[in-house]
Amino acid sequence: MQRVGVFVCWCGSNIAGTVDVQAVSDALKNEPGVVFSTNYQYMCSQAGQDIIKNAIAEYKLTGIVVCSCSPRMHEATFRKTAAAAGLNPYMVEIANIREQCSWVHKDILTGTEKAIILGKAAVAKVNLNAPLTPGETPVTKRALVIGGGIAGIQTALDIADAGFPVDIVEKNPTIGGKMAQLDKTFPTLDCAACILTPKMVDVAQNENIRIFSFSEVAKIKGFVGNFDVTIKKKARYVKEELCTGCGACTEKCPMKKVPNEFNLGMDTRSAIYIPFAQAVPKVARIDPDACNMLKKGKCGICSKVCAAGAIDYTQKDQYIEEKYGAIVVATGFNPISMDKFDEFAYSQSKDVITSLEFERLTNAAGPTAGKLLRPSDHKHPHTIVFVQCVGSRCDSCAEKGKEYCSKICCMYTAKHAMLTRDKYPDTEVYVFYIDVRTPGKNFDEFYRRAVEEYGVKYIKGMVGKVTPEGDKLKVQASDLLANRQLQIDADLVVLAAAIEPDKSARPLATMLTASMDTNDFFTEAHPKLRPVESPTAGVFLSGACQGPKDIPETVSQAGAAASKVIGLLAKDKLTGNPCVAHSDEMMCNGCSTCERVCPYGAITYEDKEFRMPDRTTKIRRVASVNPAVCQGCGACTVACPSGAMDLKGFASAQIMAEVDAICK
Amino acid sequence: MNNQNLKEEILRMSGVHPEKCMRCGKCSGTCPAYSEMEYHPHQFVSMVDNGEIEPLLNSESLYKCLSCFACIERCPRGVEPAKLVEAIRLIAIRRQGANHMTANDVPALLDADIPQQAIVSAFRKYSK
Repeated sequence: MQRVGVFVCWCGSNIAGTVDVQAVSDALKNEPGVVFSTNYQYMCSQAGQDIIKNAIAEYKLTGIVVCSCSPRMHEATFRKTAAAAGLNPYMVEIANIREQCSWVHKDILTGTEKAIILGKAAVAKVNLNAPLTPGETPVTKRALVIGGGIAGIQTALDIADAGFPVDIVEKNPTIGGKMAQLDKTFPTLDCAACILTPKMVDVAQNENIRIFSFSEVAKIKGFVGNFDVTIKKKARYVKEELCTGCGACTEKCPMKKVPNEFNLGMDTRSAIYIPFAQAVPKVARIDPDACNMLKKGKCGICSKVCAAGAIDYTQKDQYIEEKYGAIVVATGFNPISMDKFDEFAYSQSKDVITSLEFERLTNAAGPTAGKLLRPSDHKHPHTIVFVQCVGSRCDSCAEKGKEYCSKICCMYTAKHAMLTRDKYPDTEVYVFYIDVRTPGKNFDEFYRRAVEEYGVKYIKGMVGKVTPEGDKLKVQASDLLANRQLQIDADLVVLAAAIEPDKSARPLATMLTASMDTNDFFTEAHPKLRPVESPTAGVFLSGACQGPKDIPETVSQAGAAASKVIGLLAKDKLTGNPCVAHSDEMMCNGCSTCERVCPYGAITYEDKEFRMPDRTTKIRRVASVNPAVCQGCGACTVACPSGAMDLKGFASAQIMAEVDAICK
Repeated sequence: MNNQNLKEEILRMSGVHPEKCMRCGKCSGTCPAYSEMEYHPHQFVSMVDNGEIEPLLNSESLYKCLSCFACIERCPRGVEPAKLVEAIRLIAIRRQGANHMTANDVPALLDADIPQQAIVSAFRKYSK
C-alpha cells in the first residue's frame, strides 16, 4: 500500500473562490492510502513546495497528489519538488481542480463536489503508480538541414557557428532558394542578391557545413539524437569536385533554347548550365531532357571544351548514408499555379504575369536586364494593374485557391508598385486590394509611402475579369468605395499569387512522421510556446514550410530553430520520457496491429525464443517498443486486440481505477 | 412580413450565408449587368445582411440580373450573390400583383445578342 500525501492549492482565489479547499482536503483524508492531507494558498510557491518536501520526509510518503492547476502548468514543478525530497518524480499525480473545475463552475457546492471527485481519482491512480526511470540515449553531434533557401542557409550558419557540423540538402543545383530570384526586399529596399549572396558564400566556405546540392532525402530512419538518413545525390553529369564554374561549356553548348527555370521560363538557357552567376556551388549541370549527347549520343562539345575534364556523361545517382542528431525542415514555398484562374487570362496572355515573374522582369540579372518590358512585345508598359489575393483567402475554391492569407503579397505588391512609379514616372499603377495587411515594423509606413509619395492608385475592390483585346488587356473591376465598376485598358497585369508549401514537403513529412496541417504546412509542437519544433522529437521547422513568412520572420525563425538544434546537440545524452508503451510478450499474438497504428515507427517485431511449460522452446513473433522513439501517445494500447500493450504511467489498470473512483 | 422575417425567409430560400462575405467586390467586378443595376451584387449581400430588403424588393435591379451566375462562379468565399437576387425576385413575384411582366411579354424582347441562358432564366423568372 502506498503512503499518499494530498496537497490542495487555493491558487489565491482562483480555486478557493469556487471550491471549498478545506472540505476537499478533509474529504480526501479518508481515501485509501492517504496518510496526510492539507491545503495552502500557493502550493507552487517556495513555501508551498517546502510543505510538500517536509511532509514527504515526516510522513514517509511514497506518492503525492497535488490538487491544483492543469498538469501542463505545474506538473514539472511538483515532480522536481518530489525528486528534491527523494521521491521518484513519477509518483506525483495532479488533480486539475482549476481549469477543469473552479474556472468552469460558478456554484461553490458543485465546484467542491467535483474537486473532491477529481482528487479521489488522482488518489486511486497514484495508489497504482510505480517509480519510473527515464532511459538515456547518445546524441550524434551533426545536424541535417533540408532545403537551402534563406531559411536553411541561416539555420546552417547559426548551427555551424556554434561548432557543430551541418549538412544542407538542396534539391536544386544551387542553394539560394526564392530569395535569390528577388530583386529588392521590403521595407528597406536592399537588393536581395547583395544581402543573400555573401551568406551563400559563407555557407560554401564554412568548414562545418557541407552542401549536398541537386540532392534529395531518400530515406529517414531512427529517432531524436540518432537519425539514419539516406541522401540521393542526383546525377548532374558534371564532376562537382573538378568543375571550376568557368562557363566555357555553357557558351559552346549548341542547345540554347531550353526554358530557363531561374527566370521562370521568360528566357532560355543552354542544356548544360549554371543556374545563375552567383550560384553556390558554382558547378554546371547537364539537363538530360535537353542534351543531345545524353538523348542521342551525338555532340559531346562540352566535354571537349572543358579544360578541367569535369564532364561525365555516364554519371549515375549516388546514395550517401549519414547519421544526424537533429533534422531541420526548411523546404520553403512556391506560388500556386494560375492556370485555373481563367478570369485573369493568365494562360491567354503573356502580359498577365505573376509577382515572381515581375520580380525577374525588374531584376538587373533577369531576362530584360532590369528594364520593365512587356513579355509579349518588349514594349514599355504604361498602365499596370496589380491584383492582390489571387487564390488567397479563397475558401470556396479549394481546387484552385487557398483558404489562408499568404501574408507577404500586400508588402511585395506595395514594393513593386512603388519601384515602378519611382523608375518610370510615366506609368499609371493601380493596385486592387481586399484589405491591405501591413502589421510589420515599418510596413504600414512603407505602404503609405507608395500611395502618398509615389502616387500609386490603391482601389478597394477585386478585379472581376481580364480580357486580352489587341495589344491591351481590358480589366473590369469593382471600386467598392466609389460604388462603381471600372474598366481599365492595361498594358500589364500582375497577379499576387497565393503561396503554398513546396511539393516535396508532404513525402518528407511522411518519412519524418512529422505532422502537417490540411494545407501541407508543417505543424509546430505548440503554436505559441514551441513554434520552431515539430511535435516529432528532434525535428525542427525553419521558414515558410511552417506557414507563409517574409524574409525577416524567416531569418528569425531560422535562428530560433538553430538555437533549438544547438541545445539538443550540446547534450551528450538524451533523457527520454519514461511514460512509454511496453508489450507483455507472453500475451502478444504477433498480429502487427500496433506496428501499423504507431505514428512514430517505434514498434518492431522480432522472433524470440520462449521456454514452454513442458521444457521445450518455441519461437514466437512478438512486438518490441523502442523507448527512445515512443512518444507515449497510447494508440497501440487501444489497438492491441490481446491487451498485451500497456503504457507505463498510464496503465489500463490505472485509468480504470480513476474511472471507478469517479463513478463510485 | 417584417424585415427580420423577410431576411430569414430569403436566407432559407437561397441557402446563402451573407456573413461569409469578406467585402472583396469580385462579384461586382465580374457582373456583366453592373451598369444596368441600381443595386449591385455586393450590395445585395450587404443589404440583406443588414435587413434592408424593401429597397431591393422594389428595385428594377431584380430584373436586370442576367442570372449568368458569374458572381457565384467567381466569389472566393462561396457567398453566391445571384441566389439572393433570385430569392428576392421570387418573393416579389409571389406578392400578388407584383408581377413585372408575363411570360407572353418575353418573346417580343428577344434579340440575337441575348445569351440562351438568359432566355431560359427569363422564362423561369416570369412564368411563375
